[in-house]
Amino acid sequence: MSLLALNNISKRFGVHQALTEVSLAVEPGEVVAIIGRSGSGKSTLLRCINGLEWPESGTIEFDGKPFEPSPRRLKALRREIGIVFQSYNLFPHLCVERNITLGPTAAKGMTLAAARELARKVLRMVDLEDKTAAYPQQLSGGQQQRVAIARALAMEPRLVLFDEITAALDPELIGEVVRVLDKLARDGMTMVLVTHEMGFARRSADTIVFMHQGRIWEKGRPAKLFGAPATAELDSFIDAILFVDPSARRRVG
Amino acid sequence: MNYVFEFNVVWDHLPELFEGALLTIQLSATAMALGLLVAIVCAYGKSAGPRPVRWLVAAYVELIRNTPFLVQIFIFYFSLPVIGLRLTANTAALAAMTVNLGAYASEIVRAGIEAIPHGQVEAARALGLKRLQIFRFIIIFPALKTVYPALASQFILLMLSSSVVSTISAVELTAITNSLASTTFRSFEFYFVATGLYLAMALGFRAGLSAIYWAVFQRGRAA
Amino acid sequence: MARSFGTAEFLFLLEAIPSTLLLSLGALAGGAIVGLFVAILRIVPSRPLRWLATGYIGLFQGTPVLMQLFVTYYGLAVLFRIQVDAWPAVLLAFSLYSGAFLGEIWRGSIEAIPRAQWEAAECLSLSFPKQLWYVILPQAARISIPPTVGFAVQLIKNTSIAAIIGFVELTRAGQLMTNATFEPMIVYPIVAALYFILCWPLSLLAQTLESHIDVALGIKQHF
Repeated sequence: MSLLALNNISKRFGVHQALTEVSLAVEPGEVVAIIGRSGSGKSTLLRCINGLEWPESGTIEFDGKPFEPSPRRLKALRREIGIVFQSYNLFPHLCVERNITLGPTAAKGMTLAAARELARKVLRMVDLEDKTAAYPQQLSGGQQQRVAIARALAMEPRLVLFDEITAALDPELIGEVVRVLDKLARDGMTMVLVTHEMGFARRSADTIVFMHQGRIWEKGRPAKLFGAPATAELDSFIDAILFVDPSARRRVG
Repeated sequence: MNYVFEFNVVWDHLPELFEGALLTIQLSATAMALGLLVAIVCAYGKSAGPRPVRWLVAAYVELIRNTPFLVQIFIFYFSLPVIGLRLTANTAALAAMTVNLGAYASEIVRAGIEAIPHGQVEAARALGLKRLQIFRFIIIFPALKTVYPALASQFILLMLSSSVVSTISAVELTAITNSLASTTFRSFEFYFVATGLYLAMALGFRAGLSAIYWAVFQRGRAA
Repeated sequence: MARSFGTAEFLFLLEAIPSTLLLSLGALAGGAIVGLFVAILRIVPSRPLRWLATGYIGLFQGTPVLMQLFVTYYGLAVLFRIQVDAWPAVLLAFSLYSGAFLGEIWRGSIEAIPRAQWEAAECLSLSFPKQLWYVILPQAARISIPPTVGFAVQLIKNTSIAAIIGFVELTRAGQLMTNATFEPMIVYPIVAALYFILCWPLSLLAQTLESHIDVALGIKQHF
């Protein structure tokens, strides 16, 4: 049984059909990278996975249990599925440690001492152990995003979603975040990422999902999708991406 | 609770209450028009005038905004006669309301003036327009359009605060309600209904001001 | 037999200031409780509750403060069949009034918090009340400080209206002194000056705080 199963989900925003009959299964430990042009439905798909958006048709199952719109079920779901946002969304009025311990203490009833221990552990994972007392505004974009990752990890989720988490970062800060992603993938975390980082996708993803106009256009292992795209759309997408990032051509080509 | 509500007394006197409402509307509308004029002049002075003028307007605004309207009314009606300026109750009320609105509205209008993109003013200057012309044609109309909602709210606030002029026996809705309440001893019922009339007038003013906005700013005009 | 305005008369005015401030503080405290309630009611998922809060705010923002005072005063007299003391009636009326305005201010502050903060809190599995308590309200509170201080100024000025029903605060003291000395040209400007001394520093404080707290850029390090 897959950890996460999306069955034929469709989602419309007014007249705009964002998703059409999308099906996807994610196994424990799998790393899925979703790529595609803007407007292809990638973020909508990701946000359906943790209930931030609701499809009009189709079902989503986590651990075999289907999604229900009840607040209690959503709360339980979000203890198992974490998310990291493009604009980090750290809480500016709390220090880094409190940002991380808030979820475990207020939502999971952990004691503050245990949560602090946990915070130290996850901050070590993202190489920011010395920043527990800092406030988000004092950190660089890359550091804030790593704290956001640590915050998601502190909930000890079974699946973590990443919504274009490097898209808002200055180029020189992307590396430190991607390194963390590589490490998490190596450690066996189940991850679903919407990303433009083709290097990471090639290196660490088990499955690449290429979306186009609200549908899954192609799906498969990185070597196959990047080396031998089956459709013209994916081909031109890769061209467009690599035109911008010539160094990636060496790694993907 | 043995009190029996007797609203019949109120309904009997509705014509007088409506007359009071009409007086309130007239008083407020006049104060709005005059106050807006004062506001425009002051806003122009504060943003484009020489330093003494700017300081004077600032002092005027701060003085009005940091003292109660009731005290301002008392000064107009009770204090001014001492130096020879004796006003009737209604004139003092109008003067106080105009001066009060002028201060608050001038800040609002000034914000609208400062929101005009500088490029427009520079373009007008390059075309050879003089300062006053620029103000008349380029600045004041778009400025008023921008701040219209804030101005409308301030106008309605003025209409509501007009009830306080009843203390100097100016004739408007509250004064009439006071006399009716005291002669019939049905205070609660009268004040309750009068409050409803004020609410209706507030809603009416909002609708009327919206209609004016449409008529002045949106009928087929390009900007 | 008229007295002349001297130190004793001036002291009488000064001694009324605590009443003004006490009433303002009391109304602010009472209004804070009501206002928080109203602000949260304005954002809950239940539509009837939201309408209730909107109606409450609309009622107090669309009617004169004087009318609110009269209705509360005579309403209480009707309910308890006795001549009500001025203090409870005035305190209640101004608390309800403050509650409406503070509720509207604080709702604005809550809505100024980006939707993303709600989402981040939601995705950490926090319930709606906990999202409010740990994430939204602390941030909204900081944003709400400048407009709340601004409202405090408005409240201090509006307590002058209590003079109309005989409650002794600074304005009523001014009326009493004018009646005793027949010097309105001395008394009322002094009363105005005293209000100015109370209000102007608060106004300046509100403006200074406004510049330190910028929602768009996030909360600055001063907090």
